[in-house]
Amino acid sequence: MSSPADRRYTKEHEWVRADGDIGTVGITDYAQDQLGDIVYVDLPSPGTQLKQFDKLGEIESVKAVSDLYSPVSGEVMEVNQEIMDRPELVNQTPYDEGWLVRVRLANPAELDNLLTAKQYDELIAQAQEP
Amino acid sequence: MSSDKTLRHTAIYEQHVALGGRMIPFVGWEMPVQYKGIVEEHHAVRRQVGLFDVSHMGRLAVTGPDAASFLRSLVTYDIAGLAVGEGHYTVVCQEDGGILDDVYVFRLADERFLMVVNSANADKIRGWAQRHLAPSLRATMEDRQAETVMLALQGPEAIQEMGRVAPSVAEGVALRRCTEAPLAGVTAFFSRTGYTGEDGFEVIMPSAAGVDLWQHFMDIGIQPCGLGARDSLRLEVALALYGNDIDATTNPFEAGLGWVVSLDDGADFIGREALLRIHEAGVRRHLTCLKAQDRGVMRAHCPVLRAGRRVSELTSGGFSPTLGVSIGMAYLPPELAALGTELEVDVRGKPLPAQVVPRPFYRRPKA
Repeated sequence: MSSPADRRYTKEHEWVRADGDIGTVGITDYAQDQLGDIVYVDLPSPGTQLKQFDKLGEIESVKAVSDLYSPVSGEVMEVNQEIMDRPELVNQTPYDEGWLVRVRLANPAELDNLLTAKQYDELIAQAQEP
Repeated sequence: MSSDKTLRHTAIYEQHVALGGRMIPFVGWEMPVQYKGIVEEHHAVRRQVGLFDVSHMGRLAVTGPDAASFLRSLVTYDIAGLAVGEGHYTVVCQEDGGILDDVYVFRLADERFLMVVNSANADKIRGWAQRHLAPSLRATMEDRQAETVMLALQGPEAIQEMGRVAPSVAEGVALRRCTEAPLAGVTAFFSRTGYTGEDGFEVIMPSAAGVDLWQHFMDIGIQPCGLGARDSLRLEVALALYGNDIDATTNPFEAGLGWVVSLDDGADFIGREALLRIHEAGVRRHLTCLKAQDRGVMRAHCPVLRAGRRVSELTSGGFSPTLGVSIGMAYLPPELAALGTELEVDVRGKPLPAQVVPRPFYRRPKA
């Protein structure tokens, strides 16, 4: 299955979709599948300044906890409140309703540091090789 | 898919892989942690029925004229007092009362017992038993793990499902009892036991027939369940996990397992003197149930804090799919183990409020 082409990806399995100077951030379908049942996402409050590739938060599945990394620099504008009450949305629709935060992009040129959908799919294909 | 040659496979391995089971290393075995998802498998067992491959567990057959007295000297419970067809949970202790393993002992005949031990402890317990087998005792201990499979069918519909396969067993075997009965041309062992807090059966039978039984349950649509659900199910009912909640540094009384220690049957067993002393002196800590009061997931080894000061650490922790909140267990001194005590659990640097709650966290509704 190929990842949506309208966004960029990190090697750590986060995505960001830019709309003007606002970037919506989430985790990939591969990431949610690897994590299993997600039960809690710990995210920064609005106003928090993020730096590209620095820690964004933590995501807890029944199995384990994993760090989340911010694909971009900028200020957190909004946190997805829906996933606080229904963290399973991240499993069900990781590219859509299961988004995590919206960020005002400090430097849109940073998007060039990220993988394209095609590059990300190649990364996943390698990870899945026996 | 991992193909680590050093990991052992149960006879059901090919089926796990074909079902899409996510295989992980577990105490020397490659076992499925989940198939569809831990939460779905967990709910299947609480609400309907699920099937576990537990063939990695050790299965020690103890036979001989002195089998009862030999086993009695190894475990803390009066298993010599078991009637044929009865089983009981108990522990093997070392001389100081520290727990070497938690086990289930079944009496199949006057001179024939089955002791189910933890996979990781099977060799240790066999060695311990051989060293402590007095030469005068006529008893042998053999590990039946390699030639058999062990399946656990668990959940409110487990008895009904077992009834379609082995009607006489499903009708005739009460809780914590066992029997041997013919099934698919072989002799199978059945016990009405499990590690989930639900009703159900565990079945041990020769490998080929056991694979067929597994496949039969798959064919009729029963949910296969992995180690992930096994852990979340046992934690909800506060069943101890060896290596986490109990080990050689813990004694049965502080672990809440005083009910598996028989001090009054007149029989001696390894650790009896120490346990008698501990019993008389009283314990200094209790394995205690903690329930998170906010979002976040407590895990094993998270520090437990009282007024910012570290007082213990979690021996087990995780998310409870039934309660929708994180739960855990920790050894706490009596003054902090009182119901309702407010504590905090340090979840990677963030304090999560947690409260002492009754054990277990979950109890299945009375039928």
